[in-house]
Amino acid sequence: MSAADRRTFLKSAVGLGATTLAPGITLYAFGPAASAETAPVSAAKRWALLIDINKCPSGCDLCVSACRKENGWKSTGHAATDAQWIRKVTLRDPETGKTREAPVMCQHCANPACVDVCPTGASFKRADGIVLVDKHICIGCRYCMMACPYKARSFVHEELTDQKTNAPRGKGTVESCTFCVDRIDAGRIPACVEACAAEGGAAMTFGDLNDPKSDISKAVSAAASSQIRADLGLDPGVRYRNL
Amino acid sequence: MAKLKFRTLDQQSPSFWGLIVLHLVVVATGLGAALYMEEHGHIVTGMSNQVVWGLPHVFAVFLIVSASGALNVASVSSVFNRLAYKPYARLSGILAIALLLGGLAVLVLDLGRPERLIVAVINNNFKSIFAWNIYLYTGFIAIVGAYLFVMMDRRASQSAPTMKAMGWVAFAWRLILTTGTGSIFGFLIAREAYDAAIMAPLFISSSFLYGLAFTVLVLLMMSRETLSDLMPEEMVEKFSGLLMIFAFTTLYFTIVQHLTKLYAAAHVGVETFLLRDGGVYTIAFWFGQIVIGTLAPVAVLFFRGSGFSARSALTLASILFLFGGLAQMYVIIIGGQVYPLKLFPGMDVSSSFFDGAVGSYVPSAPEVLLGVSGISIAMLIAALAMRLLPFLPQAEPKGS
Repeated sequence: MSAADRRTFLKSAVGLGATTLAPGITLYAFGPAASAETAPVSAAKRWALLIDINKCPSGCDLCVSACRKENGWKSTGHAATDAQWIRKVTLRDPETGKTREAPVMCQHCANPACVDVCPTGASFKRADGIVLVDKHICIGCRYCMMACPYKARSFVHEELTDQKTNAPRGKGTVESCTFCVDRIDAGRIPACVEACAAEGGAAMTFGDLNDPKSDISKAVSAAASSQIRADLGLDPGVRYRNL
Repeated sequence: MAKLKFRTLDQQSPSFWGLIVLHLVVVATGLGAALYMEEHGHIVTGMSNQVVWGLPHVFAVFLIVSASGALNVASVSSVFNRLAYKPYARLSGILAIALLLGGLAVLVLDLGRPERLIVAVINNNFKSIFAWNIYLYTGFIAIVGAYLFVMMDRRASQSAPTMKAMGWVAFAWRLILTTGTGSIFGFLIAREAYDAAIMAPLFISSSFLYGLAFTVLVLLMMSRETLSDLMPEEMVEKFSGLLMIFAFTTLYFTIVQHLTKLYAAAHVGVETFLLRDGGVYTIAFWFGQIVIGTLAPVAVLFFRGSGFSARSALTLASILFLFGGLAQMYVIIIGGQVYPLKLFPGMDVSSSFFDGAVGSYVPSAPEVLLGVSGISIAMLIAALAMRLLPFLPQAEPKGS
């Protein structure tokens, strides 16, 4: 082995060792932002959302319009088939007549029914709790839509135009709220949460439930919150206060 | 007992050719409809984000359920050793495969991305009952194919233990398969109309009924074509009796299914909807499934008389049972979906996404064409198979 060969070999060995033993450290060399985007998703985090519906004014749809703008879904005039990643549901107590509104989207369950029933594994849950659809292997069977108790998913019924590069969609496949996964991976918060905080009632708190110092963890431990259809045992990552 | 003889469908009447042409036209329009749906998306169907499975699923599930039931006759002959059914075992096997292929074709062509079918073969999530079903369906075709081989191969058919073993495997497999089909609905915790273990036995019992009705109708049709009596009086009696038993079993499971839900205050809403206030779904249930699809054909069979009258009664009853089966699937699949999901029990809810609202569904022409083409696909496969190989029993000469 010549000196040059030996040097090349040592270099690649060091490189291999570094990527195998300390990938985090190697990536960190490129700066924190790059690290967030390329580091493997870890189960150490559980992304979650807390919505205080007392702070969610009737008629306000900032979260919905922010989601539309961010992810590119919109009304085509076909209400029954148009996708809705997030919607405001009006709840009326039949006893008292009192009404309230709650934003409802994919609840990012810990035990998602959509993931269980998906024949191809296109519906999947990331290690950090975000439930997504892999548009490349979704065959459009719609079994996940039958299985989701939250009516969170939409089927793309027609040709799409003007898609957003950050949220690719596809005719004949199923889609739903991604928690703005591309933003999360870039260290930002979902568009709905941002809009609600900036111009709305600041009803939404987003963060890592596994981090006791996060705002959401503190908020959840400070006062009672509930999950929609908690009885089903799916352990949704979206929690509500004053529901 | 005389040695059984079998024959191919070697002579066809002009009316039979007419029927074949009709089936070909139906299949062609069905495929055209599927292409149209694929090109434009499901916007051209009556389906929506509220009713995600429409008429194609009604036909597909109906055919898949019928397929496993069509194997009845073969099972009765080899598993339960009833020799009278043996002449029909081959036909029952090939019909089972044909019906399954017809149902699967519709199911696949209704996918949002049917061209990605290969993905479903390569990527499997084994927690999904849909993924299990992929193996149950292909396994069914392979096992029934092997079963037919054992029945039809000169040497293999000599071995009684092999025949018995294959009969048992096929019988067990068809029970598991229909358990799987029923559980597609039974496992759905989200929807109140489903989420019940009884869906599996209900589907099994329905499969016995529809499968036998299909077998009987094909046999009667073939009797006409071959100008020979493939179904002697004795078999008319046996088939009529079996159909009545299967109709009552299905009715029994249906009653238990609804009573169980009705008893729970939480589910009274969905039951009131399906049984009383559901409009077209209530009519489909009471008039379609119960009156036309159960009580009327049972009465027809009960008062069937004998000879020609009994044969006509059996024909009519079988047609009515199949009609009832489609009605039953319509109520289960569509009726179960239009009833809104209950996200907030105890609250009246509304939204732009139709929360709390009863969904509306009107099948479009492409869906009807695609759904009906499943039946034609099955019939064409069966006819072709019978033309090529000896699936039909050779009627014994009169007086022997």
